[in-house]
Amino acid sequence: MDPTTGILSQWQFAITSIYHFFFVPLTLGLSVLVAIMETMYFRTGQVMFKRMTKFWGNLFIINFAMGVVTGIVQEFQFGMNWSEYSRYVGDVFGAPLAIEALLAFFLESTFLGLWIFGWDKLSKGMHLAAIWLVAIGSTLSAYWILVANSFMQSPVGFVEENGRLVLQDFGALLTNPYVWGQFPHTIFSGYTTGAFFVIGISAYHILRRHQSDLFKRSFQIAAVFGVIAVFLVVLVGHNQAQRMVQLQPMKIAAAEGLLETEDPASFSLLTIIDQKTLTPRVSIRIPRVLSLLAYNRLDGEVKGVNELQAAFEAQQGPGNYIPSIWATYWAFRAMVGTGFLMLLLAAYALYRTMRNQLTAKTWLLGIFPFALFLPYLANTSGWILTELGRQPWVVYNYMRTADAFSPSLTPGMVIASLVSFTLVYGLLMGADIFLLAKYARAGAEPAGEKRTVEEETYWE
Amino acid sequence: MDLNTLWFILIGILFVGYFILEGFDLGVGIWLPFLGKNDTHRRMIINTIGPHWDGNEVWLITAGGAMFAAFPGWYATLFSSFYLPLLIMLLALIVRGVALEFRSKHDSLRWRSFWDWSICIGSLLPALLWGVAFANFIRGIPIDATKNFVGSFWDLINIYSLLGGLVTLTGFMLQGALFLSLKAAEPIQSIARYAASRIWVVATAVLIAAVIATYFFTDILQKLGVNPGPVPIGAVAAVLVCGWFIRQKRDGWAFAVNSLAILFTAATSFMILYPRVLVSILDPNFSLTIYNSASGPQTLRIMSTVALIFVPIVLVYQGWSYWVFRKRITADPSDLHY
Repeated sequence: MDPTTGILSQWQFAITSIYHFFFVPLTLGLSVLVAIMETMYFRTGQVMFKRMTKFWGNLFIINFAMGVVTGIVQEFQFGMNWSEYSRYVGDVFGAPLAIEALLAFFLESTFLGLWIFGWDKLSKGMHLAAIWLVAIGSTLSAYWILVANSFMQSPVGFVEENGRLVLQDFGALLTNPYVWGQFPHTIFSGYTTGAFFVIGISAYHILRRHQSDLFKRSFQIAAVFGVIAVFLVVLVGHNQAQRMVQLQPMKIAAAEGLLETEDPASFSLLTIIDQKTLTPRVSIRIPRVLSLLAYNRLDGEVKGVNELQAAFEAQQGPGNYIPSIWATYWAFRAMVGTGFLMLLLAAYALYRTMRNQLTAKTWLLGIFPFALFLPYLANTSGWILTELGRQPWVVYNYMRTADAFSPSLTPGMVIASLVSFTLVYGLLMGADIFLLAKYARAGAEPAGEKRTVEEETYWE
Repeated sequence: MDLNTLWFILIGILFVGYFILEGFDLGVGIWLPFLGKNDTHRRMIINTIGPHWDGNEVWLITAGGAMFAAFPGWYATLFSSFYLPLLIMLLALIVRGVALEFRSKHDSLRWRSFWDWSICIGSLLPALLWGVAFANFIRGIPIDATKNFVGSFWDLINIYSLLGGLVTLTGFMLQGALFLSLKAAEPIQSIARYAASRIWVVATAVLIAAVIATYFFTDILQKLGVNPGPVPIGAVAAVLVCGWFIRQKRDGWAFAVNSLAILFTAATSFMILYPRVLVSILDPNFSLTIYNSASGPQTLRIMSTVALIFVPIVLVYQGWSYWVFRKRITADPSDLHY
């Protein structure tokens, strides 16, 4: 067992997961937004809403395809690269994955097929139901996969038997307090991503006075949706961080650059820590604020990295139990910082649309096409914090990442897969962005639909 | 029947469903650049599988998930043993899925031609690799006492496994051609029927060869799980009947009996295996079985309840979607969403 295999597999999992999660949040958010738009079409019968639904639906489909195909890799990778992990936790961890496929993926894929191809074949009501079922399917899928991830973060509902984890209480797995923070946080992040996507592209068209009615209306729907979503992300996130202080104190200590236990605990404005020597190079901190964030009061103990490391050693034996402080610290700040920026922007978007001033002060509206990228930054850094902050554990307190990879692999095999995934993903990302940009710029189809069929010969 | 056996059968059913359904969309994908001579024809071909390919692929994802949940040991050893073939299959399925979605979204000959060939090759590789994998399952692979694979990629490539690969490749191509003749209007219908009649000859020959080879390359004669008895003969018989239906131009019947042939072929593999799931050629005691690789009774019970409730529901709505799209795809633009 060459440890390089494990490290390479970890890189591969990180790259493929981050890539996969570029597409998932937009699927979560845009499916609901498209469903809302089609509901408006269903209720008012206005053709504008149908064009709106089709325009955003097209972008949704382009994005969805990427999410689906990169998702298969995620499921296969557990067995391919992490066979020791799969053997050890499969009894508990496999069930939510199987249920996700059975309950969510079938629903999503079948009804998306019906939705895309069924415009003329289904009744208006059935067609509307199809997109709502796609949205429900996506949400269910998020729940089940996060049940699995939460088990890795905060294992519950099992006993350890003959060197592997065995399911004991399925209900405890489903009601894991960790998942009930993570699931709403992820869902609302997805809604935020969808909202900023729609706001950004709508602003682009509004600025060009192109199909203004349709895009002003889209902007309005997304602004309302977005404000609620970002607000809930922040609220749930705060709650999650408080739970983290109890469940994974090391993650919080690292993300806050808190070396020594403090009561009352200080919040870091700028901390740079040398991971090797565990000494601060720079440390500017505001007293009491971390206690306030952790307990909603001005005092309260937050444990530091050093004490937690000592406690881990006493309980689990010698070893290094400190995740990368640099990565978790900056990921945390990137996530929270973008979160608040988005809250501000969404509120501003709502203000503009409520005052019906979408065409005035264009330079400020010009921010929104760029703000489209903010949710992606927040989502990615959120997952980096979650996953890197759990290290060195793959299953918190039970299995180390270094013990989890497949013993039958060689570094060469993992290099082959790592390189080929990265190359193929890069190529597809290029094609995906090209198509998204093309369709986003083109705008909705004109009211009188027409299609051109070209006759080009490939043979003869 | 114990829960372990029930889950072995359920996973078998999921694979059979996957092979019958994705079998036709992989087959259609392989044929695409060969049967579609201009863009409209190619779009007709793609649109026959448009609403279905993604849902069909979920059968595989569910089979994988069910294997992980019910038999983590099987899942762990299988997926890590077949690392490189699975890598190739994943890359193929990724490129193919995206290609189906992207190819008609941009009007350029080069763009469309690139994705069409991606669909073709991305469909061909999985069709071939499934047979390679299943042949290795029943032939056995080097697995040691720790349940880990100790061979290399080249241990998975041998005459028998390549023959297995040809069985699925030609079987799926036949399935795809039959589906096209059933779902596309003229002129694709006739072209597909002709393609079916040609590939049928190869598929039949390969299947018969594979059935005979199975007696030489596996331990089927000494150590049967369940004697498959007439089932492999049934597979050959179904393919022969399929040939008759093709000649009679009864596309629906031909498709149905070829699906039956796929069912019998896959069932034979699972019957030879039972109660083993992965055969070790190093020592029979190292083989993985439905008992030494399974989850505990609690997980199996819960999963059984979930499957019992939701599998019928899935079958109903997926069946319904096939009913909604029962009409043949014509060259009319309203039929061509992809």
